[in-house]
Amino acid sequence: MEGLERIVKEHQFFAGLGEEFGNLVSGCAKNARFDAGQYLFHEGEAADQFYLLRHGGVAIELSAPGRGAITVQTLAEGEIVGVSWLVPPYRWTYDARAAGLVRAIAIDAACLRRKCEADHDLGYEMMKRFVPVLVQRLEATQLQMLDVYGAPV
Amino acid sequence: MAPRSEPLASGRGALDPMLPRVARVRRKRRDAPEVWTLDIEIENGGEAEDFVFTPGQFNMLTVFGVGEVPISMSGDPAESRRLIHTVRAVGAVSAALTDLGPGDAIGLRGPFGVGWPMEEAIGRDVIIAAGGLGLAPLRPALYRLLAERARYGKIILLYGSRSPGDILFRHEIESWRRSLDIEIEVTVDHAASDWRGHVGVVTTLIPRADFDPLHAIAFVCGPEIMMRFAIAALRKAGLNDESIYLSVERNMKCAVGLCGHCQFGTVFVCRDGPVFRHDRVQGLLALKEI
Repeated sequence: MEGLERIVKEHQFFAGLGEEFGNLVSGCAKNARFDAGQYLFHEGEAADQFYLLRHGGVAIELSAPGRGAITVQTLAEGEIVGVSWLVPPYRWTYDARAAGLVRAIAIDAACLRRKCEADHDLGYEMMKRFVPVLVQRLEATQLQMLDVYGAPV
Repeated sequence: MAPRSEPLASGRGALDPMLPRVARVRRKRRDAPEVWTLDIEIENGGEAEDFVFTPGQFNMLTVFGVGEVPISMSGDPAESRRLIHTVRAVGAVSAALTDLGPGDAIGLRGPFGVGWPMEEAIGRDVIIAAGGLGLAPLRPALYRLLAERARYGKIILLYGSRSPGDILFRHEIESWRRSLDIEIEVTVDHAASDWRGHVGVVTTLIPRADFDPLHAIAFVCGPEIMMRFAIAALRKAGLNDESIYLSVERNMKCAVGLCGHCQFGTVFVCRDGPVFRHDRVQGLLALKEI
């Protein structure tokens, strides 16, 4: 368990989290491993975990009729997979596939939500870390939607 | 004031910069849908003429009877007899250019403008952030950096494209990647699930790149909105405005700063650019009126 706590606290996403909050988050954590091609989760399933990537990449996919799976984003080591656990109805809105061997820390979302409700300082700390990720991904999505490379440079 | 000054039309001797020389297409290859690369030689009494340019400079290419457009050089500056331009067919002249074939004649004026600051990059990590066809004006800088590899720190190419099929210079990128002289990350905006590379906009590659922001310089080229986002990401990574250069495109006509078509605030893109240090144009980039 001590090893897992250290890994969580040293993960890029939780850098500088502090001893107390680090222990609270680590209490909801476990190791996870996915082989290439294996799905971390599918669209519509309960968003009951999110992942801190330690090794390997994850492809975020959407499926469209007649087009199959379309990769809309890839996430790399040091990044987090999944933000749908933050907002009701806590369901994934896309598929997440291991692009190669993936080693990650899985965080039990229900466990962390409960701790955030009980300790709003922890909740605020989580929001300060997740909101920039949400904003960065929103901005990236806006840029993607503009299809800027379709226009002359 | 301009941080650098270079001749408006270097390598032209005493020739009139408004007078096109006749050149011929020697080779043509397709690099992406609607994107073609043309190898051109300037003829001088039947002999190919040497042509010296700085990475980032452009030429005015004329399709006789159709019109003239500015196109950046995309070839190796060390190859003085082989002029390479990569063109996307988006308008009447560029479409006519891409319709030309080996042996066809075109008019050429140039080289014009201020290119990438190769001397200022010496001893520093160099981040090349390119989007779409923006890789073409950066390719001469990459050739120069790799030819003089020992003079620079890390060389990192971050390239974003619309889809895997739109990636320019794909074989060359693979060859560079194998050489280990350069770190290359390519991302596409969307892809089928069989694509094994990154998916997402090019700006998402910047926080993942490993460089020393205090001793780095960045060259950025792509659609203007992509450059704005890329510059924001570079600044967030620790680069200051004096270390970020971008290539701006405007409606260039005379190419020597006389006609005013490419006026961009207080500067003329054809004469003072197209490559600018970011602090010189940052206030202008977000202005809708220009």
